[in-house]
Amino acid sequence: MSINATLIGQMITFTLLVWFTMKYVWPPLMEALEERKSKIAEGLAAAEKGQERMELAEKRALTYLKEAKDQSAEIVSRAQKRANEVVEESKGNAKKEGDRMIDAAKAQIEQEIQQAKEGLRQEVAALALSAAEQILKKEINKAEHKAIITKVSNQLG
Amino acid sequence: MATEAHAAEGATGYIVHHLTPFSVGEGFWTLHLDTLFFSAALGALFIWFFKTAAEKATTGVPSLSQNFVEMIIEFVDQQVKDSFHGKSDLIPPLALTIFCWVFLWNFMDLFPVDLIPGVAGMMGVEYMRVVPSTDLNATFALAFSVFFLIIYYNLKIKGVFNFSKELLLHPFNHVLLIPFNILLNIVEYIAKPVSLALRLFGNLYAGELIFILIALMPWYIQPLLSFPWAVFHILIITLQAFIFMVLTIVYLSMAHEDH
Repeated sequence: MSINATLIGQMITFTLLVWFTMKYVWPPLMEALEERKSKIAEGLAAAEKGQERMELAEKRALTYLKEAKDQSAEIVSRAQKRANEVVEESKGNAKKEGDRMIDAAKAQIEQEIQQAKEGLRQEVAALALSAAEQILKKEINKAEHKAIITKVSNQLG
Repeated sequence: MATEAHAAEGATGYIVHHLTPFSVGEGFWTLHLDTLFFSAALGALFIWFFKTAAEKATTGVPSLSQNFVEMIIEFVDQQVKDSFHGKSDLIPPLALTIFCWVFLWNFMDLFPVDLIPGVAGMMGVEYMRVVPSTDLNATFALAFSVFFLIIYYNLKIKGVFNFSKELLLHPFNHVLLIPFNILLNIVEYIAKPVSLALRLFGNLYAGELIFILIALMPWYIQPLLSFPWAVFHILIITLQAFIFMVLTIVYLSMAHEDH
């Protein structure tokens, strides 16, 4: 258990080990560690940025959705209004058409009445004439009394 | 467990045999071949493992071995950053080397006490002491290297003049107290490597001795004792490596500080 030359040998070994570690072991490992550290930091920053962008996109999507809903509600209300208008319009048209048809029918009836009256008048005039002719065959000259007969027949109208 | 030959020499013979290094040479020029061989081999193991990891180091997802190496590197780096303020290319790798090397030395303690000496005995090597930290030469080699670095950094950072001034006028700044200051500082500086080396040596030597004593017990008692002691030793070997590393960092950072 004495101190001897082994000590010198050990010191040489130790020096070599430290030199080797200093030269070939420590720097590359430290470099790798540092690089990974910065890489992780970058990754985290990118993730955070992505998150932010996603939140922004969500917000925008919500805005768009709200806008679309508003627009669709407006379109629906406009359509309803238009439908009401159309209904009102067609109601008016139908009434007008009906009135017109009633008027036309009334006019036709009037005309037919007139025609019938005319026919009747002529028939009555002819009947009266023939009756008068029968009665007055002998006393009345058809040409002479025509004015009177016409007057009578007009009074019948 | 004692072989017949050792049993003949008794327990003392067995213990002495286990604590005798495999050496060549005479006097000061004796070389403990076992210490030199095992520490060099463990150093090579450390270098190989870390160099492989360093070569394959990627910035992407690390492999298992790279992860392990990086864990140790970050741990050591953190220790250095905690105690040493400033930038140094030498101190972090130095701390890493000390931590891993001393840990591997100490780890040899966990091999069964008769395993490697037994194998060596079969190959004709009579003495074999496998734990380098139980050799004072190994621990003092480390401690002296650290001591030289302390002196080197003191001279480099403070300069010869300031360093001498510090030795003469610190802690008591008075001309009359210079001899006292010198004495105090010499004791302080010598105490650093001596305490470093003896702490490591003492812990591991005692631990190894207890393993040897357990090996002298009857076989049915041995597991009951050696298992708890080995588990406890896992803590000791790591702790001793850690203490050696931290104290080295602390001493070197003290050398960097100007008073």
